[in-house]
Amino acid sequence: MDHPTAAAEFIANAERAQWHDRALWFVRAKRDKSAHALPEWEKLREVASQIKFHTMSRLADYLEQFEQQAVGRGAVVHWARDADEHNRIVHELLDSHGVRRVVKSKSMLTEECGLNDYLQNRAIEVVDTDLGERIVQLRHEHPSHIVLPAIHIKKEEVGQLFHEHLGTAAGASDPSYLAEAARHHLRQKLLDADAGITGVNFAIAETGGFVVCTNEGNADLGTSLPKLHIACLGIEKLIPHRADLGVFLRLLARSATGQPITTYSSHFHGPRPGGELHIVLVDNGRGDLLANSDFRRSLHCIRCGACLNTCPVYRRSGGHSYGVTIAGPIGSIINPARDPTAHASLPHACSLCGSCTDVCPVKIDLHHQLFTWRQRLAERGLLPFTKRMALKAAGFVLRRPMLYRLTGWLARKTVPRLPRWLLYHRFNPWGKQRELPAMPARSFRKLYQLEVEGRAIKQTSPEKPRDKESCGE
Amino acid sequence: MSSKQDILRRVRQSQPPAVDLPALTGPWTTFDDLRSQFATTVQQVGGQVVMARDRAHADQLVKTLACYQDAAKICSLVDGVGRSDVELLEVERPHELADVDLTIAAGKFAVAENGAVWVSAAQVRHQAIYFLCQHLALVVPGDQIVHHMHEAYDRLASETSSFGVFISGPSKTADIEQSLVIGAQGPRSLTVVLI
Amino acid sequence: MGPGRAFYFTCTGQLFRMRVGVFIPCYIDQFYPQVGLATVAVLEHFGVRVEFPTGQTCCGQPMANAGLMDDVRPLAERFLRIFKDYDYVVGPSGSCVSMVRNHYDGLIDDRSQLEKLQRKTFELCEFLHDVLQVRHVEGRFPHRVGLHQGCHGLRELRLGTSSEVVQPSSNKIRSLLESLKGITFSELQRTDECCGFGGTFAVSEEAVSSMMGHDRIRDHQQAGTEVLTSADMSCLMHLEGLLRRDGAPMRVMHVAEILAECCAAE
Repeated sequence: MDHPTAAAEFIANAERAQWHDRALWFVRAKRDKSAHALPEWEKLREVASQIKFHTMSRLADYLEQFEQQAVGRGAVVHWARDADEHNRIVHELLDSHGVRRVVKSKSMLTEECGLNDYLQNRAIEVVDTDLGERIVQLRHEHPSHIVLPAIHIKKEEVGQLFHEHLGTAAGASDPSYLAEAARHHLRQKLLDADAGITGVNFAIAETGGFVVCTNEGNADLGTSLPKLHIACLGIEKLIPHRADLGVFLRLLARSATGQPITTYSSHFHGPRPGGELHIVLVDNGRGDLLANSDFRRSLHCIRCGACLNTCPVYRRSGGHSYGVTIAGPIGSIINPARDPTAHASLPHACSLCGSCTDVCPVKIDLHHQLFTWRQRLAERGLLPFTKRMALKAAGFVLRRPMLYRLTGWLARKTVPRLPRWLLYHRFNPWGKQRELPAMPARSFRKLYQLEVEGRAIKQTSPEKPRDKESCGE
Repeated sequence: MSSKQDILRRVRQSQPPAVDLPALTGPWTTFDDLRSQFATTVQQVGGQVVMARDRAHADQLVKTLACYQDAAKICSLVDGVGRSDVELLEVERPHELADVDLTIAAGKFAVAENGAVWVSAAQVRHQAIYFLCQHLALVVPGDQIVHHMHEAYDRLASETSSFGVFISGPSKTADIEQSLVIGAQGPRSLTVVLI
Repeated sequence: MGPGRAFYFTCTGQLFRMRVGVFIPCYIDQFYPQVGLATVAVLEHFGVRVEFPTGQTCCGQPMANAGLMDDVRPLAERFLRIFKDYDYVVGPSGSCVSMVRNHYDGLIDDRSQLEKLQRKTFELCEFLHDVLQVRHVEGRFPHRVGLHQGCHGLRELRLGTSSEVVQPSSNKIRSLLESLKGITFSELQRTDECCGFGGTFAVSEEAVSSMMGHDRIRDHQQAGTEVLTSADMSCLMHLEGLLRRDGAPMRVMHVAEILAECCAAE
């Protein structure tokens, strides 16, 4: 289903769409409050952006340095070309350790690779321990937001879900009550787990360490209880030095939720005593994206979700309407890179308002890349037929001044005279909820011409009356 | 060719032209009263701050906390502050710590801008002790508060522990319809004792 | 300042009168002529010698927004031919001016000509504020005005500070209107959220577009807006379309029309 169709379905439930829009705007507003409280905010963004530009220009060296340092700390580093290889590596690690139960903290990368299904098909239980992710997991859904996976779900629905799965009271919807039930449930899962899988927010080349940020403490429990810790990350998550974390950690949570920092910012350097740490570095199209000068800057993304929160289209259509793992503005850039045909509607799911670019903590030129995508899609013939025809026709007319003037004149003459049923019908999407512009009798150029003539006449002979009736324009 | 070589080759081919690393010099926001700013921020993130004159006073104050008085099992990693029912070095599996009600631990330093305390697991046998407990109290030297994260990382330049964490407030979640619930999977409360 | 007073500016000691080519976007030319007339009137009020080169049609934005750059190329070249000899090119549209200044790269062969053109093409309020240094407009406009910030004008031309960015707040459009006697401004819940027009977006993502527009209108209604205005007629065309379908009584005027009304009365 393309985005416009899915979005229309979402909006058909007007009350729910409003609720979703307001919930996400609220998060944007919290972001604004915390950003505006830091006078150096714009400077931080600029520095973060430059660090990312620098890192991408030397990514290979930093990856090698990271591996060397991490191994020096006792971690085992694996490399995966693509999602399949990533899944196989993780599975083999789990299998060789006799793991039957895994707990996983938030990792959009593992979502991207479809890890949960892969493992579950091989009789390994995977429990997502982030509350939002657990909720969507129990619903057999995908997260609809990078940071707020269950933002599309109402508390009554969570109550119903927990009643079915966790034995909470029927009809209960108090968030504290439900979260308490989840706490007991997840803590038990964490205690019973044989291995913990985490994502990575930032990987530090200088030290071979990495940082995982959570509010719930689930990643920390998942890595301090089971002996085996597997950390999966996309290769773009690298940053050069530990000191760079100062910049990114100041930007991340403020951009994501308006908090000055997440409750836990955990720094892992090698396995814990008696434990094992495996790090899986994943390419899965990132190397190709790096080669693409149009869209390589999308690799700077730190997955904060701010662009989703600020996007007026995302707020009103929901993450699922994009049909991809990562939705919103950033998703509409990286997903077409994977499969332009499947995701051709995404760069057009955008009014080019530019708000995303202004909130991005690393100053990715998001809306410019979306604009560029439209050109690449057009070049590949991936524009919807009617749109292409209509705009080609428009281009034809607009290149020919006489034809342009004639077309405008025709519109102004005929539209006011046509019956409504001829103007407003299902082939006129503009007219579904809007009136067409009220057609004036004359164009600007005609009126201006008359005015100029009128002035000239006035100057030569002030008494002569103006020519009122004029056919044509 | 191994996956590693394949990936690195592709990345090398694809890298954009070199760009310099920027300087991280600021200026960054600083605070006139570090303790006060820190305390305010900790409160904003759902924690509480208690000011102690010295370790003995800290011990007194901790013992008056509700989470201490209600606690059946306490693990104190700070000499002279609170009793300890658990000797971490004697615990084989971290899972055995699941019934700890209160952990009292040491924080190395704190960050004023975001109410965070740096806790390192060096010399702590089970880092799970910081997360499994129902309540957490962190004892931090009051003169070890830095202004912001850049200073924090200056401090950490020679950090070598396998696990360290910035803890800012109690665990929390807003995943159920954006309603903030304090106490998610980790500790339900955080008390910072500044000495 | 009365009509006809010439505006002179010095450049390296030379005194000469600037020629401004007025750029009237295609849909304003054909469907909103009063906005074009208002633009001319305002410029002339401030002593500018205005010319309307009749060969102009369209800047190419609709085709560019769909990625059809080959169809934009001839329009861009034509735009350059028509406007290159003017001292300034001024148009009452943030999005069309942004098209010329920000998206003509790669579409015009003569790079130095393109850069010259880009440097002298201005949106109307921008021109008044930055080039003519207008800080005060005489006249009365005793109405509650809801200023809609068109996204291209705001975030591409930086006609004002966007709410996302941490910078001291300023706005060229508002500063022109503020000086009008009796004017008050609506305080909106979302000061610069997109109206949902977005060009072909309005048609291809109709549901989202209309919902966005309705949300903007509701914000204005709740804030008591009597006159909805913007420096972009495309936004207003979309919002007005929704208002008229719903039979809502809010008046819609382009900023040029407000200024022209006030300048004419003086």
